[in-house]
Amino acid sequence: MPIADLKKTVTKSPIWKSVFRHDYKDTPRNRYLQVLSNVWLHLHPTKVSRHAVELRYTWGMGGISFFIFLVLTVTGVVLMFYYRPTDQYAYYDMKYLMNDVPFGAFIRNMHRWSAHAMVITVWLHMLRVFMTGSYKPPREFNWVIGVILLVLTLLLSFTGYMLPWDQLAMWAVTVGTNMARATPLLGHEGPLGPQIGMRPDNDIRFLLLGGTQVGPPALLRFYVLHCVFLPVAAGLLMIVHFWRIRKDGGISGPTGKL
Amino acid sequence: MHQLWAIVSKGDNIPIVIMLFLVAFYVAWALRQAFANDKSIAETAKLPVPDKVHVWPYLVRIEFLGAIAIMVIFTIWSIFINAPLEEPANPNRTPNPSKAPWYFLGLQEMLVYFDPWIAGVVLPSLIIVGLMLIPYIDTNPTGSGYYSFKQRKFAISTYLFGFTILWVSLIFVGTFLRGPGWYFFWPWVTWDPHKVVALTNVNLHEMFGIHSKLIAAFFGMIVVGGYYSLVPLFYFWKKKTIPTLQKMGLVRYAIVSFLFLTMMALPIKMILRWTLNIKYVWVTPWFNV
Repeated sequence: MPIADLKKTVTKSPIWKSVFRHDYKDTPRNRYLQVLSNVWLHLHPTKVSRHAVELRYTWGMGGISFFIFLVLTVTGVVLMFYYRPTDQYAYYDMKYLMNDVPFGAFIRNMHRWSAHAMVITVWLHMLRVFMTGSYKPPREFNWVIGVILLVLTLLLSFTGYMLPWDQLAMWAVTVGTNMARATPLLGHEGPLGPQIGMRPDNDIRFLLLGGTQVGPPALLRFYVLHCVFLPVAAGLLMIVHFWRIRKDGGISGPTGKL
Repeated sequence: MHQLWAIVSKGDNIPIVIMLFLVAFYVAWALRQAFANDKSIAETAKLPVPDKVHVWPYLVRIEFLGAIAIMVIFTIWSIFINAPLEEPANPNRTPNPSKAPWYFLGLQEMLVYFDPWIAGVVLPSLIIVGLMLIPYIDTNPTGSGYYSFKQRKFAISTYLFGFTILWVSLIFVGTFLRGPGWYFFWPWVTWDPHKVVALTNVNLHEMFGIHSKLIAAFFGMIVVGGYYSLVPLFYFWKKKTIPTLQKMGLVRYAIVSFLFLTMMALPIKMILRWTLNIKYVWVTPWFNV
């Protein structure tokens, strides 16, 4: 049977047609369908302003940040197979991961460096959005969502910093969470805190750490925040963030008004 | 120099070095396009409205190539440089200096100039709230959707000052120039863990010869209160003659001036510390500013 006939038989078969709804020929209709009939691509409109595909305008930073988030999710899930968030095991699981698990060090390195990179790309994304005035009406609220996502990115990075349970982790988190002592009213060293009954064992820092110093309960809390609460929160807000871009008229660009 | 290299080449500090270059590059790129747009707006009084292109293939291919580029960079980076893993956590051995993760070092650096309740709680909260408020307090309708400077001088100068000077450069100082005891060390000076610096700081009211605690508290209140109220007073003085002020309205103006003055309080306090060794401006039994 000639190849052309075979191809025809396959592409006309009920199985093939049940999977692929349109052919691949480069026509405007197929270009639209390529986006519309694909669950992963339909987040996009079918056409965008030429501005949106210009690197000098967008720097691609928002997309890069999202992609890095995906890299972090995948590598993070792999790391979870090898890591137990307890005082007894955490550090030794890290040692095992770095020295014995095949590609363990590679996965952990990628998770660490992606995490640092995401902080930078989110800052640069924010810089681009500010410099192009893209937070102006009708996109005000999406900027607010973006600021919350920035905070979540920093918190994700900060909670993850603790998990290796080495000296670097413990003391960086100690320095960071010591600030909570000084919260006005809610911290035991903050203005008016002691006056309204704040003690080291009942203030906001205690809530955060589950103890009076960075110890095993804090490790478990940060683990749960890092692996469950914060990624889910960030994921939900990303859905809103992306959806709002579409609803607010797509990626910003000159409208003719100056 | 040997020590500088040791700090710079630490795995966790490599991103900071990369960030310094990236921030410089992108700020320059943004401003370059802004000046180019300003020029063409001044000449032709318009900017061309771009036409539309198909997402498939023009956008999807960029996303695909971008994803590949990022994966290549991360793969090479992860093969050659290992993430740090130090000794096991030990609550009885405090490293000196103890540093927060690098992206918080700007905040840790502020602790030199303000008490923890301001530097660690109030200012970070105001940064977040202030950023969220930007779209609602910036009433300037121009400069939306393209790089520009002339149309948004105040907004862009303030943002770039806050981001590059007060955020990024303080991270640089906190990472590379702060050694044991959080003392300042030039890059070419070897860290001396026994460095002693005489505490010669004084409070502002002491410089004016005020020694009563009660009067000092009032004095500080007047200084801080005056700082925050002089600029709002400008509104009532000038609102008839400056249309921008009328357009903003009192509430927006008050929020902008409060946030702006709070931001500028950091460089002011830094300069007061460096030149006059001022520790606190306002001393009360409960809190100090």
